[in-house]
Parts: sequence; C-alpha cells; structure tokens
Amino acid sequence: MSSPDIVPTHDSTTPAVSVRNLWKVFGPKAESIPGSADADLAPAELKDKTGCVAAVRDVSFDVAPGEVFVVMGLSGSGKSTLVRCITRLIEPTAGDVLVEGDNLSSADEKKLRELRRNRFSMVFQHFGLLPHRRVIDNVAYGLEVRGDDKASRLARAQEVIDLVSLNGFENSYPDQLSGGMQQRVGLARALAGDPDIMFFDEPFSALDPLIRRGMQDEVLRLHHEVGKTMVFITHDLSEALRLGDRIAIMRNGRLVQVGRPDELVGAPADDYVADFTRDIPRSHVLTMRWIMRPPRPEEALDGPEVSPDMIIRDSIGPITSASGPARIVQDGQLLGVVDRDDLLTVIAGGQS
Amino acid sequence: MATLTAEPQLEPQRRIVPPPKKSRLGWQLLGVLVTWVVLWRVFGGQWTLESGVPSTIQDWLQSFVSNLGIVSFTQPIIAVLNALYNGGVWLTQQLGWTGMIGLCSALALIVAGWRMALLTIVGMLSFGVLGLWEPSMETLVLVAITVLLAILIGIPLGIACGLSTRFERFLMPVLDTLQIMPSFAYLPIVTLFFLIGPPSGIVASLIYAVPPTIRLTSVGIRQVASASVEAAESLGATSRQVLRDVQLPMSRRTRVVGINQTVMAALSMITIAALVATPGLGQSVLGSLQILDIGGALNSGLAIVVMAIVLDRVISAASNRAGEIAPSKRSRYTVWAVAAALIVAGVILPVIVPSSAKWNAAWTHSIADSVNSATPWLKDHLYPFTTAMTEWITVWVINPLESLLTDTPWFMVIAVWAVLALLVGKYRTAITVGLCLIGCVLLGLWPDSMVTLTQVIIAAAFTMVLGLLIGTWIGRSQTADRVWRPILDAGQVMPPFVYLVPCLALFGPTRFTAIVAAIIYAAPAAIKIVGEGISTVPTNTIEASRSAGATSTQEILKVQIPMARPIIMVALNQGVIYVMAMVVVGGLVGGGGLGYDVVKGFSQERFAGIGLAAGIAIVLLGVMLDRISQSAGRVRRTSSDVR
Ligand SMILES: Nc1ncnc2c1ncn2[C@@H]1O[C@H](COP(=O)(O)OP(=O)(O)O)[C@@H](O)[C@H]1O
Ligand SMILES: [Mg+2]
Repeated sequence: MSSPDIVPTHDSTTPAVSVRNLWKVFGPKAESIPGSADADLAPAELKDKTGCVAAVRDVSFDVAPGEVFVVMGLSGSGKSTLVRCITRLIEPTAGDVLVEGDNLSSADEKKLRELRRNRFSMVFQHFGLLPHRRVIDNVAYGLEVRGDDKASRLARAQEVIDLVSLNGFENSYPDQLSGGMQQRVGLARALAGDPDIMFFDEPFSALDPLIRRGMQDEVLRLHHEVGKTMVFITHDLSEALRLGDRIAIMRNGRLVQVGRPDELVGAPADDYVADFTRDIPRSHVLTMRWIMRPPRPEEALDGPEVSPDMIIRDSIGPITSASGPARIVQDGQLLGVVDRDDLLTVIAGGQS
Repeated sequence: MATLTAEPQLEPQRRIVPPPKKSRLGWQLLGVLVTWVVLWRVFGGQWTLESGVPSTIQDWLQSFVSNLGIVSFTQPIIAVLNALYNGGVWLTQQLGWTGMIGLCSALALIVAGWRMALLTIVGMLSFGVLGLWEPSMETLVLVAITVLLAILIGIPLGIACGLSTRFERFLMPVLDTLQIMPSFAYLPIVTLFFLIGPPSGIVASLIYAVPPTIRLTSVGIRQVASASVEAAESLGATSRQVLRDVQLPMSRRTRVVGINQTVMAALSMITIAALVATPGLGQSVLGSLQILDIGGALNSGLAIVVMAIVLDRVISAASNRAGEIAPSKRSRYTVWAVAAALIVAGVILPVIVPSSAKWNAAWTHSIADSVNSATPWLKDHLYPFTTAMTEWITVWVINPLESLLTDTPWFMVIAVWAVLALLVGKYRTAITVGLCLIGCVLLGLWPDSMVTLTQVIIAAAFTMVLGLLIGTWIGRSQTADRVWRPILDAGQVMPPFVYLVPCLALFGPTRFTAIVAAIIYAAPAAIKIVGEGISTVPTNTIEASRSAGATSTQEILKVQIPMARPIIMVALNQGVIYVMAMVVVGGLVGGGGLGYDVVKGFSQERFAGIGLAAGIAIVLLGVMLDRISQSAGRVRRTSSDVR
C-alpha cells in the first residue's frame, strides 16, 4: 500500500516546538557518544562497551502550533527522557530545542524559568502535587512562583478549576481526592499560567480505563476550547489514536516513524510499527484516500460524493445505501471511487 | 485495542545477575571466616602484640594534655551559655511550678493536642511528687538550650546535606565520629575548653545530639517525591522556591523525627555531664550513687525517664500532626484561647492562693526507700540464675570470639577484616578498615582493641536480634507500640549509671555486664528505627501481598523487611554506633579493653595519654564498623533494585 500525499494538518509557520538532533546519554563520558561509531550500537552492547545508556538518540521533529503531537513507545524507550530534555528538566547531551523560535538549549537559568512560567507547562504521570496545599493553592502555585498577586492568582485558579470541573473541591487537600481528580488538579495547574504549549508525560497511565477515557475527552475538549499546542506521551495506542494529530513512534531512543494515525496503520515503516498497529480495526483509522481506486469503465458514476478524508467507519452509511460506488471528490476533482465490496474487504480485515 | 503495557526488554544480564551475586556473597563471607579459623588454629598465639609496643603517639598525647591551658576564644561562648542557662533557670523560678506547668502544657497543647497537654501536666506534677522539681527544671532548661542550638545549627547543615551530595559526603564522616566518640573520653577535653559547669554540659550534649537532626533533615529532603520537585521546577520555581514550598514542607515529618532523636540524645548526655558539674537530675543520680543509695538513684532516674517520655510523646504527636491536614480555623482559635488561659491560670494561681506558690512537702513521695528495702530480696532470688547465664555466655560466646580476635596474628586479623570489607563494600571500604586497624596497632593498643571489638560485635548482634524482633512487632501492631515505647524511651534516656547499679548487682563486674549495658543502651534506638521502617511500608503493598495469600510470616519476611531494608540498615548502623558509645561505660563495669584504658586516663593524670589514645582507638573501631555496616546496606540495595 502506498502512502497518499501528506497534507499538513496545520499551517506551517514557525513550529511551536522544534527538536533538532536531540541526544540524551546517561553514563560516564556521555558527551563523547553522540555522533561516534558507538552511537549505533544496540543498547546492551553500548552498555557493555561504554557503561552508557543512550535514552534519546538523534531525535528530530517539529510540532506545529495548535497541533496535538503524540509520542508513543514501550516503557523504557526514552519517552520521558525525551520530554524532560525538551523542557530541560534534564540537560540534553547534544542537540537543540526551539520553542516558538527561541533556542531553549542556550537559554540561561533565568530565561528558562521565564519560559517555564509563561510559555509552556507540564502534566506528570505521578501528578507531583503538593500534599500540604489545598487544591486551589496547588493550582495557583505556578502563578505564585512567578509573582502574581494573591487576589489575581486565586481568581485565575478558580477559573481553571471551573474549566476542569473541579469546582467544589477548591479547599480539599490532594490526598482527599481520587486519582482522576488529582490529575485534574495537575491539569488545572498546568493550564493556570496560560501557556502556549503543554507537555503531558503519560498523564493517565495511573488511572483506570473508564476514568482515563473521561480524561482523554477532557483533554480533547480543552484542546478545542483553549487551542493549546500539546505534546503528549503515552504507551497506549488507543489513546494515541484518539488524541494525536500526528504520532511519533519511539524505540530504543530513536523515532521509528512520525505520521498521522492513518499513515501509521496504512503504511507502517517497519515490523515494529506494524506490530503495534496490528490490532487496530483499520476501518476506524483509514480514510477513503487509502482504499479508493480508479473507476472501472462499466461503472456508473452516480453514487454519493464523499471527501477523501472521511474515515471508513463513517462512510458505511452513505456508501451502503447507494446503488453505485461513491465518488471521492476533492475540490471538484474526482480522485477515485469506493464501492460496497471495497468497504467490506477492509472491514473484514483483508488487505485492499 | 492494543495497549503497550509490556515491560521493556531489559538487558538480560541485569535480570540474571543479582541472585547469584547475593548467594555468592554469603559463600564468600563463610569462606573468609573458615580461613580465619584455620589461621587461628595454625598460628594462634604468635604475633599477638600481647606485650604491647611502645607508642610515641601515646607520649605525644600525654604532653599535649599536660600543656593545654584554657583557650581564650571560648570565653565569650562560656559567657553566653552561662547567661542562657541562668536566664532560663531564673525564668522557671519566676514562673514557679504552677506557671511552668501552665506554660509547658500550653505549648504541648498547641503543637500536639489535648491529650499531650494532659500528659505534660501529669508528668510535670510527678517531678514535684518525686521531690525533684528544681533539678528537673534545671535539666529542662539545659535540654531546651541544647536543642535550640542543635536546631539552629543542625537544620541548615541538614538542608545543605540534603541538597548537595558532595557536602553530605564531607559531613557524614564527621557526624559519625561525633556520635561514636565516647562521651566519657571527650568530656574532660570539653572541660579544658569550657570549664566545669553548665557550658561544658551544653557543648558536650550539643556535639552528641546534633547529628540526628542533620541526618534526618537531609534524609527527609532526599525522600521528597521527585515528581513534586520536578513539577515545581517545570512551573519555573527557583531552587529557593522549591526548597521553601516543596522540599521543606514535605519533609517536615522526618525532620521532626530527627529533632525527637536530638532531644532524647541531649537529655541522656546532659545527665551524664553531671560528671563535669553540670547541674540537674544527673547530679541527683550521681549524688545518690556516691553514697550507694540505689533507691535514690532510681528515684532520680525515674524523673529523667518521665521527662523523656513526655518529651518523646509530645514531639512524636507533633510529628504525626505534621503530616496531617490543617484543622479548621475555629478549632485553632479554641486551642490558642485555651493555651493562653492555661498560662494565665498558672501565673495568677499563686497570687490568688498564696499557699500554692511553693510545692507542698506533704505532696512529695519519693520511691527511694521502698526500692532500697526491696533490693536485697531481688538479689538473693535472681543471683543464681544470672550467674549461670553469665557463665554460659562467657564460656561459649565471649571467650571463643575473643580468642579468635586476640590470638590470631595481628596482621592476619587486619587482612581478614580488609577482605570482609572488600566483599561487602568497595576497595575504599577495605582501605579505611585496614587503616583503622593499623591505627590501633600504632596507638599501642592492639590487644585491648580486639577485646573491645569482641564485646562490640556480640552486643551489636544481640541488639540487631532484639531490633528486628521487637521492631517488627511494634511496627505491625499499634498496641505493641504503645506498650513498648515507654520502655524504649526509658532505656534510651536513663543515664547508664542508673541501670549499671542493678546490672552490677546481678551479673558482677564481668565482660558480660559490659555487653548487657551496651545492649540496654543500643537496643531501643535500633528497635525504634526498625519499627519506624516497618510501619512506613505502604499499606497498599501489604494489602497486595495479603491478597496474594501471604501468611503473616511471609508478609514480614518477603514484604515488610525487604522494603524496610534501607531503614533496617540504618538501624544496624546506629545500633553499632550506640554500642560503641557504651564502650567506656563497659570499662567501668569490668569490660576491660579500651574502655578501661579510658577510665584509667580519666581518673589519673599520668594515664591521660593512654586514655586519649584509647579514645582515638574507639573512634577508629567505630569508623571501621560504621563503614562496613553502611556498605552492607548499600550492597543489598543496589542488587535488589534493578533500576
Ligand atoms: N537518570 C537516569 N540514569 C540512567 N539511566 C536512565 C535515567 N533515566 C532513564 N534512564 C534510562 O533511559 C531509558 C529510557 O527511560 P525513560 O525515558 O524513562 O523511558 P520511558 O519514559 O519511555 O519509559 C531507560 O533504559 C532508563 O533505564
Ligand atoms: Mg516514562
């Protein structure tokens, strides 16, 4: 199956986040690893030879403003390290990170703090709440740290508490809340400073599935309402597919493939990615673009008109109720057709 | 849908290595011990340095002590400490017994709640009932000054240790040395600088009591969940803001535990400082002992124990509250109002009822006489039993081990210990251990050092057995904790002279008596620390193992002890250090060895050199055992922790 042309989902002005050849190596003489011959060794060999662990290897990608960019991989693949290097919670070994054009790698302490206070924020897997502070003081902590006065920061904290539906719990302490509620506090805290970019490190992995789903909806809703750029780490493919405009798959510190959900499912870069996506019902992810074919001469072109970006699952109604094949039309141009048999083949799990 | 919960493919060797390594360590240790016994059989009795070697170090120390005059830089410190002490005592006199009880119970109410306020009142009344109000207040003032200074010095240092690994690595050996240094050995030196009287007592107690505050402040900061620190950093908090808003508040509980230990240590040391004319309850104990009034000594000892229990209880309650959620405003106001009322009531009561200004002698009931009449009976009935026990342990445990240590050629003993250190630690541990033992040789005290080491090893082993048994028990059961804690507090703060008297009466002046005294002194700390470790194992982990069908024994052996292992290793380490601290006391009651050398030096000027040398040798042995027990803790931790 061939990949269709990549249509950028967002305007590509200055990327919100731009990661260039980023490396993080833990261990002795870490600086000497990037770019050396050792860098290509398998993790076990590298560890044996140099005593180092290369948690992030030569990673580059751009995140467009307003995009939800998901990084996915098995645990231990370097996702947390990657996101911490981007926010410089740990120092990268090599490479650059640009946030809205500002080079973070060269920022001094003061500049870095300024960026953290105003431009980006982070939500953590283990919440990282302050148990001795009430919910509202936790939410307002970032504002307090940057020196907002008490009245305005409490007002703003109340606003975001309402936004994440925590009202009524302002005066509770974190330990009195369930896991899901605690993560709402984490979310509210990250939103309070009104950052442009939010980083999420497996924020819902510790929550049970029903609550996790609710929280994912919450993130989608927030994304629509406040339109932040989001970099979202997860090891859960269904979560990645639900949230991500684009998904990057990580393995042993490297990015294996970056693409839209349908690209990962339709055109996996290698067996590793294919393995990941094997259990995904293709009809839930793939679009018309992936299954359309040129019309046969005998076919009447009188079926319904369908967008090439329509997901297969959503096209079942219109296509099965029509007699002829659906016409896939973009900007008034006929790209191809899809008929009932084509649909059934995909839904039944066969390859088109 | 696919959820990638699969564990990462860890490099295979990481998973496989630990088990063989662990069991290999056991075999290696056994091998070393067998080798040692063989060496002892073959070479026993040769190169034992029995006749002693002339030591220039001893001569040098002797002349140092003879030439040291009062140093002028300590004059202002002496003045300040005296002023603090006199001011404090003046205040207690002005407030009178009613005022003091009002003040102290008000403080207890504020930091620890109603029940603790009540306990404070009862405890302080008992000082009066035992006829010891004034010395009690003197001791209280001394402890308060010491603890205040310890907090002022200890918390900043502890914070620095918690934040900087380099600083910690520099300070920890200093702290170990301070704690191991036998108090009897440095009391005379402290008086050279600070004269006899309260200042020397305060300084000596401070030296002894400040380490726990530093240690636990540091540990507390390091234990704060990295997630919270990271979250604060991600919001742009400066390191000062992280310290103030995250690390300090979240480590408050641990810090209070440290202060608690400091209070206990200060109390126990300030009573020992009676030897250098520091006033207070210690002075009462000493006074009674000098006229062999066991009942009087126990009476004063009881007052010390009561003070310890009240202080421990109040501070523990305060530390438990430190983790809790703040009470409502309203109940806070009530507490403040009642506290104020208590103080006012205490102060004006003597004004309204003049007869209550002075403690009425008719309310005093000392236990001295009843104890004195019961002693002979106890001695008659227990003596046969205790003699047999002393005999058995001496023949089957002390003698063989002492022979192994003293009769094996000295360089072989050093080699064996260095290899042991290498097995449980790194080559650095081995070098430290080797140097410490060579130091004992150079000080001219090899045989005495080995005699002492024997007793220390035995006492430490018993201490750990007790620590694990009772510690696990109190860690698992609230009831057991409530029953044991007063006994533990008593053991920890009762000045050693108090229980030395009955020990001597029961066991006679023997090496076993020295060991018993060390165990009584060291076990409470070990038990408390183990208990703390066991009780802090998260309940959800225990529930998980319970749900997997674990029996109580499995739960203890497979979950609680392994999870509490880092803290248990701290218990071992502290147990060893406490045992070391009692070496000199052991010398007083027939233990011989280095302790006796120190006592000799303390009593006669011309033995001052050998006494100081023995003090140094005790420190060297302490450093050695401390290093080994600390490395043992680390070995286990890294091999059971894959990440
Ligand atoms: N501080 C560290 N020191 C050494 N190795 C580390 C450190 N942090 C992470 N690693 C290693 O880096 C790799 C990636 O870890 P991590 O980024 O946490 O993965 P993920 O978040 O995808 O589970 C792992 O092999 C981990 O053991
Ligand atoms: Mg992670």
